[in-house]
Amino acid sequence: MRETKYWTWHMAAGVMILFLLGLHMLIMHLGGITHLFASHGGEAISKENSLWRDSTLFFTVTYVLLLGVALYHGLYGLRTIVFELTLKPAAEKAVSLGLLILGLGMFGLGAWAAIAAHAIARAGARG
Amino acid sequence: MRESGKTRQINFHVTRYNPESDGAPYVKTYPVSVCEGMTVLDGLHHIKENLDPSLVWRYSCRMGVCGSCGMLLNGRPALACNTQILHIADADLTVAPLPNFEIIRDLVPDLFSMFEKHRAIEPYIARADQTEIEDPQGEFYQSPEQLEAYLQFTYCIKCGCCMAACPTLATDARYLGPMPLAAAQRYNADTRDDGRPGRNRLTGSSHGAFRCHYAGECSRVCPKGVDPAKAIQYLKRQLVLDYLHLARRKQPCKKMSGPGRGEPLPNIVPAPPKMV
Repeated sequence: MRETKYWTWHMAAGVMILFLLGLHMLIMHLGGITHLFASHGGEAISKENSLWRDSTLFFTVTYVLLLGVALYHGLYGLRTIVFELTLKPAAEKAVSLGLLILGLGMFGLGAWAAIAAHAIARAGARG
Repeated sequence: MRESGKTRQINFHVTRYNPESDGAPYVKTYPVSVCEGMTVLDGLHHIKENLDPSLVWRYSCRMGVCGSCGMLLNGRPALACNTQILHIADADLTVAPLPNFEIIRDLVPDLFSMFEKHRAIEPYIARADQTEIEDPQGEFYQSPEQLEAYLQFTYCIKCGCCMAACPTLATDARYLGPMPLAAAQRYNADTRDDGRPGRNRLTGSSHGAFRCHYAGECSRVCPKGVDPAKAIQYLKRQLVLDYLHLARRKQPCKKMSGPGRGEPLPNIVPAPPKMV
């Protein structure tokens, strides 16, 4: 049932990506219409608005969540493609382990960047 | 072969291969006079009887029941006995063995890998109560709706056309494939069966149902109208529900004690007295 677990989470991650990327589209690409989360007005990608979003816990959590689900969804998909090359069971285990290490490493790096940006933005907001 | 009616010459481009003498498969062309109603199997018989007695293929029933004569006709897996030549060819017809299988010789694929996977999914009714298996105590009741849940999957004749059409199997030889997975769904959906947890271990493995891309080619080419792609989606849903513990508890199949539950059904004319 291990593969069932992986696949179920893959599907759940897909739904999460749909929601989180929808949010990203609304804020960043449809900002001119929606004016969502642009507390300083103007462009969504302006430095003030970016710093404001970075200082908000909601956005930091959202960034980390999006990073996690996108990495999981993408790397599981990559694993599926690699598995279709009719590998030996030992090679499949090695691929799974390699992708797990790669995913955890990239998640750690990305999460650290999001949290660091949050801390810098908070410090900047306090002056 | 019928001799009456208008005939047309069709060039049969047949893949030939003898592993003992040929380095690789090659194509040989045979002109065949074809009349309306002739099947590809008839054409192959004509070639063997009149043009090349060394041509080899597998067939048995000649009526789309045994599933022996599956081959690739003009690039599409089909039964040779079930396909009329003039329905698929104007002047040329390519005949090749089913892809995704080893070739034994000419048009004969080695279906061993398919049957091995089929056997692995335990394609039979498995009961949790061992006593019932060893000493059956009566008939199981099944409503028409319960029968409908798996009926279409019982029509599979194991011809291998779905396996030949599957794009996943083309690259992943360890993928179970549409036929064994549809067979698993056939028994999982049967109310008399208790073997789903055992089958889940295989159908939910890394080369099981989740590798299906839902290309749907298996269902498109099935000569019996079975829908293996649908069966695989049912399997996926059931596997996920089982994992999340959301699957509806299966009601044990009711048992009837003898025909008519021991009571004679009304309005049945009594049997005539025994004469001997």
